[in-house]
Amino acid sequence: MGGLMDSMLATWLGIPEWVRELLIIVLKIIVVVLPLIICVALLTFFERKVIGYMQNRIGPNRVGPMGWGQPFADTLKLMLKEIIIPTNSDRFLFLIAPVLSITPAFAAWAVIPLNPEFVIADINAGLLYLLALTSFGVYGVILGGWASNSKYALLGAMRTAAQMVAYEIAMGFALVGVLMAGGSLNLGEIVMAQQGGMSQWFMLPLLPLFFVFFISGVAETNRAPFDVAEGESEIVAGFHVEYSGMAFAIFFLAEYANMILIAALTSIFFLGGWLSPFEGMPIVGDSWLAEPSFFWLSLKIGLFLFCFLWFRATFPRYRYDQIMRLGWKVFIPITIVWIFVEGVMAAMKIGPWSV
Amino acid sequence: MFQSILFYWIAFVVVVAALGVISARNPIHSVMFLVLAFVSSAVLWMLLEAEFLAIVLVLVYVGAVMVLFLFVVMMLDINVQRMREGLTRYAPLGIGVAVVVILEIAHVVWFKAQGFSLGVAPQPAPADYSNTEALGAVLYTEYVYPLELAAVLLLVAIIAAIALTMRQRPGLKKQNIAKQVAVRAEDRVRLVKMKTEKEE
Repeated sequence: MGGLMDSMLATWLGIPEWVRELLIIVLKIIVVVLPLIICVALLTFFERKVIGYMQNRIGPNRVGPMGWGQPFADTLKLMLKEIIIPTNSDRFLFLIAPVLSITPAFAAWAVIPLNPEFVIADINAGLLYLLALTSFGVYGVILGGWASNSKYALLGAMRTAAQMVAYEIAMGFALVGVLMAGGSLNLGEIVMAQQGGMSQWFMLPLLPLFFVFFISGVAETNRAPFDVAEGESEIVAGFHVEYSGMAFAIFFLAEYANMILIAALTSIFFLGGWLSPFEGMPIVGDSWLAEPSFFWLSLKIGLFLFCFLWFRATFPRYRYDQIMRLGWKVFIPITIVWIFVEGVMAAMKIGPWSV
Repeated sequence: MFQSILFYWIAFVVVVAALGVISARNPIHSVMFLVLAFVSSAVLWMLLEAEFLAIVLVLVYVGAVMVLFLFVVMMLDINVQRMREGLTRYAPLGIGVAVVVILEIAHVVWFKAQGFSLGVAPQPAPADYSNTEALGAVLYTEYVYPLELAAVLLLVAIIAAIALTMRQRPGLKKQNIAKQVAVRAEDRVRLVKMKTEKEE
């Protein structure tokens, strides 16, 4: 056994160093992206189940035990379907649009710390990187809508473009508040700044920003009640009306991956990321319940994902002008006021952010 | 070695994308080429260890400005044939402007290059150097007045743009949002009880 290990180690060390580094990076990416894709599949299943129970139905229960095979059956079906490219569409842009929408949704995970040790790229400007990438996602939607050469798709794309640009600003300003409180652009350091039990989480001192960020996140991902980009009752399916098979599935995947991303970001910025809620409580003592771990992060992500589904089952769709009003005239002023309040308090050395 | 290969490759992409912007037949393709040029320039800045500027370039130009560009261009009904007619007439002016711009850039580069020896890569910054912090420290101390002046200038521009486009036509029907928000079900629905009418 030891001999085998030694020979394997020797082979490993025999590889040139830059190849080894590359292999480790690729491995890290696979470790993050593969579970993410499986989570997306399961999330579609949970969405149908949760909304089903909220509406007094059972939801999918035919494929596999209790319907657990449903997401995989759906994936298989979508993979086998034909991808139809409309005549007079812009072929290249039509095919690259889904790719442009999925790439930022996955690439953003590069800077997200999953537990105290693991993060793919521990960069200083992590928060800026996230903002840049989330603003990139709108291209997939706009180009998909335009390249389809369909009126419904174009209308959906127009709505999305205006909506996402509007809510990005509110989101960015909310993050300015987080950055002021955390004193860093690095996500790991922002989490560390919230150490010391639930009362230290940014959710409390930054309560307005927390709400603005999460609601803007719902609007950014084009989820109900802000899903006018798809608005079945008005414009069929919006920007992806002409897409079929895997091309459609990738848009779908991107939407759900973005949901998980927003849930993860909200947990990291406002709920202390991988920190334990029982930290420093005498009841749990030194057990694993008080230790920071990935378990807590996944629990918080799950909570926010449930909120996403809950919203969809509860709220009717916003009217378009109401969405615009909420973004520009309500959220942006709230964030600006709270940043000002934070600045004044920090200058007067009041509160948790006075460094 | 690896960095210079990367640099030349990305620089090549920037030049090709910039040429694509002016030669693409479809305006949407032009806009997308411009996006590519911005992203590639951001990578170039990243190679220069100016990560803050690189990310802000993507965030502001690619994430916001170009989206609005795309938004407008998608709505336009552009007649490419008509656009081409003016080429010979506007070409001298365009070339003149281009020459002036190139001269200006060359002048500044020449001026700045006095102290440098060309062909030698700058020393990489130490690992604990944060470009973002360094920029912030300079902007909010040494250059705080120019920064605030620029901010006020932008604010004036925003207000001017709004003032120019806000024209209230008399007799315009507008929604009273406060009234809409305050409405209750009782105001909208009137339940009427009446006896069933039977045809005897």
